[in-house]
Amino acid sequence: MTRLPCPLSAPLLVAALAAASLCTAAQAADAVKVGMLSTLSGPGAGLGIDIRDGFNLALQHTGGKLGGLPAEVIVADDQMNPEAAKQTADRLIKRDKVDFMTGVVFSNIMLAVGQPIFASKTFYISANAGPSQYAGAQCNPYFFNVAWQNDNLHEAVGKVVTDKGFKKAAILAPNYPAGKDALAGFKRYFKGQVVMETYTPLSQLDYGAELSKMRASGADSVYIFLPGGLGINFIKQFVGAGLSKDMTLFGPGFSADEDVIRAVGEPMLGMFNTSQWAHDMANAANKRFVADFQKAHGRLPSLYASQGYDAARLMDAAVRDVKGNLADKAALRKAIEAARFESVRGDFKFNTNHYPVQDYHLRVITLDAQGRVTNRLLGKVFEKHADAYVGDCKMPAL
Amino acid sequence: MNAVLLVEQSLNGLQFGLMLFLLAAGLTLVFGIMDMVNLAHGSLYMVGAYLVATATLASGSFWLGLGVGMLATAALAALLEVGLLRHFYERDHLAQVLGTFAVLLMANEGVRMVWGSQAISLNPPEALAGPVELWPGFSYSAYRLFIIAVGLVVAALLYLLVTRTRLGMQVRAGASNRDMALAMGVPVRRLFTGVFALGAALCALAGGLLGPLLAVQVGMGEQILILAFVVIVIGGIGSMRGAFLGALLVGGVDTAGRTLLPTALQWLWPGEAAANAGATVAPILIYLLMAAVLFFKPRGLFPAHG
Repeated sequence: MTRLPCPLSAPLLVAALAAASLCTAAQAADAVKVGMLSTLSGPGAGLGIDIRDGFNLALQHTGGKLGGLPAEVIVADDQMNPEAAKQTADRLIKRDKVDFMTGVVFSNIMLAVGQPIFASKTFYISANAGPSQYAGAQCNPYFFNVAWQNDNLHEAVGKVVTDKGFKKAAILAPNYPAGKDALAGFKRYFKGQVVMETYTPLSQLDYGAELSKMRASGADSVYIFLPGGLGINFIKQFVGAGLSKDMTLFGPGFSADEDVIRAVGEPMLGMFNTSQWAHDMANAANKRFVADFQKAHGRLPSLYASQGYDAARLMDAAVRDVKGNLADKAALRKAIEAARFESVRGDFKFNTNHYPVQDYHLRVITLDAQGRVTNRLLGKVFEKHADAYVGDCKMPAL
Repeated sequence: MNAVLLVEQSLNGLQFGLMLFLLAAGLTLVFGIMDMVNLAHGSLYMVGAYLVATATLASGSFWLGLGVGMLATAALAALLEVGLLRHFYERDHLAQVLGTFAVLLMANEGVRMVWGSQAISLNPPEALAGPVELWPGFSYSAYRLFIIAVGLVVAALLYLLVTRTRLGMQVRAGASNRDMALAMGVPVRRLFTGVFALGAALCALAGGLLGPLLAVQVGMGEQILILAFVVIVIGGIGSMRGAFLGALLVGGVDTAGRTLLPTALQWLWPGEAAANAGATVAPILIYLLMAAVLFFKPRGLFPAHG
C-alpha cells in the first residue's frame, strides 16, 4: 500500500470522497493481513501444522487482533515444493496483498520465495527456516527470523557431544540448504573425528544403507538432523537395526520434539537434544502458552508451535508500536527490530542481521511425573549466542 | 569396507528389490498381455497402503490389516478394470497414458479428501520391532528379514503360478501373442480382470509391508512407479522372470550405489565435496543401468514377445 497525497480542497466531490477513504487507510490500516505459507502436507506436515496452531493460539490470546487491529490469516500449503510455494507466495502478495508473511518450514522453500516477497516490500517473519544465506551476505531488511539461524541448535549439540567425551561421530542430514547448515554447525563445535558424513535426498525415508555404513564406521556417537517424518523413520530403524546398543544418538530439538516422540515413544528415552525453548521453562508467558495449547489441542506443544506463537506475538507488538500504520515501512521495521514482546523462551533480542541472540539449552527425553515420555530441561549450553554469519551482513536501508 | 557391511548391504538390496518385484510383477503382466500402459499402478500401491494402514489401526492387528487391505484393493482394482480401463485396450498408448494419468491424479486427490494430507506412520508388529542377532556382533532388523522372507515366498508362488498352472499358461500365451491366444479360445477379458486384481493385491502387499519402514502418504505411488517401470524395461516387458531379476538388479545397484559410491569418492577426494557428490550421483545409477541394458539388449534381458 502506498501513501496517497490528501487533497485539502477537491474540485470534485466524488473524487474527494474516494481519496479521503484512501487517506485514512494509509494512516492506520483497518485490518492486518497475514499470509501463512507453510508445509501442511507430506512428511513435513507436522511441523507446519504446529507453527500454524501456535500462531493461531497467540491470536486467540489477543482476541483475534494484532496490535489492536483485526487480523486476517490466510493459510496456504507449500506442498514442500519450491515451485508450488513460489506460485502461492505470488498469489498472497499480489492478489491478497498481505502485510506480513510467515510460516515456511524448510529452507529450500524459504530461499525460493524470499526474493519475490522482499521485492514486494512485505515483511517476512520466519517462524522456522533460518538459512545461512539470509543471515550473511544476502541479509535483507524485510526478513526477520524469530526462531534461530539454522546452524545454532546443531552448534549446541556439537559442544555437548564434545563435552560428554565422545571421539568419533557419524553425522547425517538431508541434502538441502538447512542440511548443509546443520552439519556445518555441528562440526564447528565438535572437536572429535567425523568418521562418516552423509547427505540423503529430502524425500528418502528408508535409511537401511546409511545404518549399515554407520555400523561399519565404528562411530561411538551418531548425530542426525532429520526433521519430521524423516527423523521418525530414522529413529525407528536405528533402534530396529540394534545400533542403539553400540552408539549414542544425539539430535537437535527438531529430531527429538513432541512430534517425533508421539510417533516413536519409549525407544527415545535418554536421547539428548538441544533447543532454544522447552515446554517446562518456568516463565509466565510460557506457562500460559503450554497450558492453553494443551487445552486446545490435547497434546504438548513442540518448539515449532512455540516459534509460531512468538511470530504472532512479535507482529502484535510491532503493529501496536506503529499504532497500526502499516504503510510506514521504515517505522514498522524499527518496531520489529525492537521486538517488544515477551517470548516464551525468555530473553530474546534481534542481532543486526535480524536473527536472534539468545540462550540455547540441553534437554533429555525422560518419563515425567505423569509417566509421559517427554523432554526435560537440563541446562544452558550457550548464553546469548549469535550466529556465525552476522559479520558478512551489511544490512541495507529500506 | 568389511564383511558385515557387505552382508548387510546385500540384505538391504534384496529387501528393496523384492518389494520392487511385487509392484513390477503386476505392471509387467498388464503391459505384456494387454499392451496397456498403466500409470495408475502406483496409485493402487498408494491406495493399498492406505487401506492396510486403516484396517491395521482399526483392528489393532497388523496381520488382519494386511489381509483385509489386500482383498479390498483387489476388489477396487477389479472394479476399476471393468468400469474404466477395459475401454482403453484398443486405444493407442497415448490415450492410455492420458487416461491412467487422470486416474492417478484423481486417486491422489481422493486419498487427500478421505485420509487428509498428513502422512500416516505405522509401526511394525511388536514381535518384529527389534533387531535379530544373526551371528555374534551382527544384528539385523527382524522386520526387514521378514519382508525378505515374504518377498521370496511370493516370488516362488508366482513362479509356480505362471509356469506350472493352466492359468499361467494362458497368461504366458496372452503375453507372447494376444491375437493367437484369443483365437485359441483363451478368455482374455476375464483372465485380465483376474490378473489386474492380483497385481493390485501385490501392490497392497508391498504398500502394507513398506508402510512401517517408509510412510503412508499422498504421492508415494509416483516415486516407486518410475522405479517399477525401470525394472520391467530392464527385465523385458511381460516377463515374470525378467521382472524378478530386474527388480533384484535395481535394488542391488541402488543400495550399493548409496554406500559404495560415496565411500569410493571419499577415497578420491576426502571431505565434504565427496559426500555432496555421492548424494547427487547415487540416485542416477539405476538409470545408467537401464540405459546400458537398453543399449545392448533393446528388448530387455528376457523379452516375452516372440
